[in-house]
Amino acid sequence: MIAPTARNDLILIGAFAAAVLTAPLWLAPIGAGYPDLLQKFAIYGLFAIGFNILFGFTGYLSFGHAAFLGVGSYAAVWSFKLLTMNVLPAVFFAVLVSGLFALAIGFISLRRTGIYFSILTLAFAQMSYNLAYSVLTPITNGETGLQLTTSDPRILDKMAGIDYGAALPTTDLFGTEMTGYPGFYFCAVLMIIGFVIAVRIARSPFGTMLRAIKSNQNRLNYTGINTRPYALAAFVISGMYAGLAGALLACTDPLAGAERMQWTASGEVVLMTILGGAGTLLGPVFGAGVIKYFENIFSAFNHDILMSIFDFLPGWLQGIVVTVSGLFVGEGWHLTLGALFMIIVIFLPGGLMEGVGRIAKLFRKDGGAANSSVSTAPGE
Amino acid sequence: MTSILQVKNVNKSFGGLKALNNVELSVEQGTVHAIIGPNGAGKSTLLNCFVGRLTPDTGTVDFDGTSLLGKQPHEINQVGVSRVFQTPEIFGDLSLVENVMIPTLARRDGAFKLNPWQRVDSIAEVREKAEHLLADVDLQDKKDMIANSLSRGDKRRLELAMCLVQDPKLLLLDEPTAGMSRADTNKTIDLLKRIGERGITKIVIEHDMHVVFSLANKISVMAQGTVIAEGKPEQIKGDPRVQEAYLGGAHL
Repeated sequence: MIAPTARNDLILIGAFAAAVLTAPLWLAPIGAGYPDLLQKFAIYGLFAIGFNILFGFTGYLSFGHAAFLGVGSYAAVWSFKLLTMNVLPAVFFAVLVSGLFALAIGFISLRRTGIYFSILTLAFAQMSYNLAYSVLTPITNGETGLQLTTSDPRILDKMAGIDYGAALPTTDLFGTEMTGYPGFYFCAVLMIIGFVIAVRIARSPFGTMLRAIKSNQNRLNYTGINTRPYALAAFVISGMYAGLAGALLACTDPLAGAERMQWTASGEVVLMTILGGAGTLLGPVFGAGVIKYFENIFSAFNHDILMSIFDFLPGWLQGIVVTVSGLFVGEGWHLTLGALFMIIVIFLPGGLMEGVGRIAKLFRKDGGAANSSVSTAPGE
Repeated sequence: MTSILQVKNVNKSFGGLKALNNVELSVEQGTVHAIIGPNGAGKSTLLNCFVGRLTPDTGTVDFDGTSLLGKQPHEINQVGVSRVFQTPEIFGDLSLVENVMIPTLARRDGAFKLNPWQRVDSIAEVREKAEHLLADVDLQDKKDMIANSLSRGDKRRLELAMCLVQDPKLLLLDEPTAGMSRADTNKTIDLLKRIGERGITKIVIEHDMHVVFSLANKISVMAQGTVIAEGKPEQIKGDPRVQEAYLGGAHL
């Protein structure tokens, strides 16, 4: 464990920022160096960082965070439609709207703890999902999803004299289109800011109270702390992160659909956080990266690619191996994810970060004294 | 002497069971007041009425001139009542020094403060106070350890430090030596005597007569939900009603 001093945190943040900004270079050799996937890494990394503030720090397992992701996307697309194609107002409104939404849902859900809290959040998210499909169709455009049209008002753009003519407009940041690498760097910068905020929260008295809630909420109440507003603040902050992630999804690809709010999407961020290491600072980003990487790489494998990989085997064996491994790739990549998740949870309950910690310990002679649990050492 | 805690006519029933029956209690400032009684006498129920975990059906509980009834546990703590639990309630995943810093922050910043931008380790006064209290309970060598790794006796002392750091006006101790070895018990008695010098009023619930008679200035004996006797330790020792109810006629 590295002591969480101000200096070490600066090193951590610096190293994180450098690694994220140079990601196109060092991820290229493993086939992940293209902008679409890099954008996903940054967006879902941000989503998981925020989720970790609620789940990892405070110990409240929300199964409905995709609702905030969806709300963020809708808010951003509406900003594109009504105001301007510039991404900054979209991001601002998405964070604002999802924050208010989280305030309302958190206020009700946080009346309960443990499994009841999880079920309440799940219920709210599924309600949002179904509402988006049915009665809220005027806002969400139902099954088709909310899309840009050439006839959108875009008041601010009109005032600034920007005319997209007959073509469908594209999102931009003061003229720079938010696709490809610029899109990735925009998401990456916001993720780094999000990471810095998470580090500051973890080191603050506020963050200490959040960890105390996770550790022993009863004692904290009898210690003179009103735990509800602390938990609610954590809930709203993590909802705002989710809204920001949703907005970025819309910035890089300006449409929003209700399926973004489905429970599978909520479950995915839980997996990312646990896989990487709940309660650690870097873990959720790792977890998000690993899951999105596997999703892209393994789901792209098909029968022909497998045949060529196992070409060196004798014909009959090649057939068997390809049939078996075929179950784990393509449409079946979830099977790989499931197996990986089981292995991690059984052998590394603290997630990938625990694995990193164990390896680091092997290389350190004085590792014996640093035998503390991962959850208490978010900077590990 | 002025009374800091006034309990009048308190009743509490759980279904058909009358757990507290017209309990009257007056705790004087600066004293150690022990509440003893057999299992099921209502001692812990009474304590729970003081800290906001339970609300009495009838009666009043006044602390330092204000009523404690209807207040949340954190509000009661903020007016100066701290509690040590029967099984130590600590922040098991956090370090010892963090365990003591949390109540210090609670006293300094109140029940809620949104300060996510300040570094907790930069607040020197809070850390110093916490480390000072850990030294008072002889845990300074273990201050960076995780609280769950402590022995039961050490956890108890840690919890005591967490309460003392708040400079409470009233400290409630629910069986502070339960499950401890004789040696640990004696250490705890010494510690409680030492903190007695700070002038904190204490209510002690205890089964161990050795502990009670070493510490208490005044003893209330409860049986079947009501206070059957009250007085100085020597008066209680000789009271035949107490021996009948509590000790089944055996001699102390």
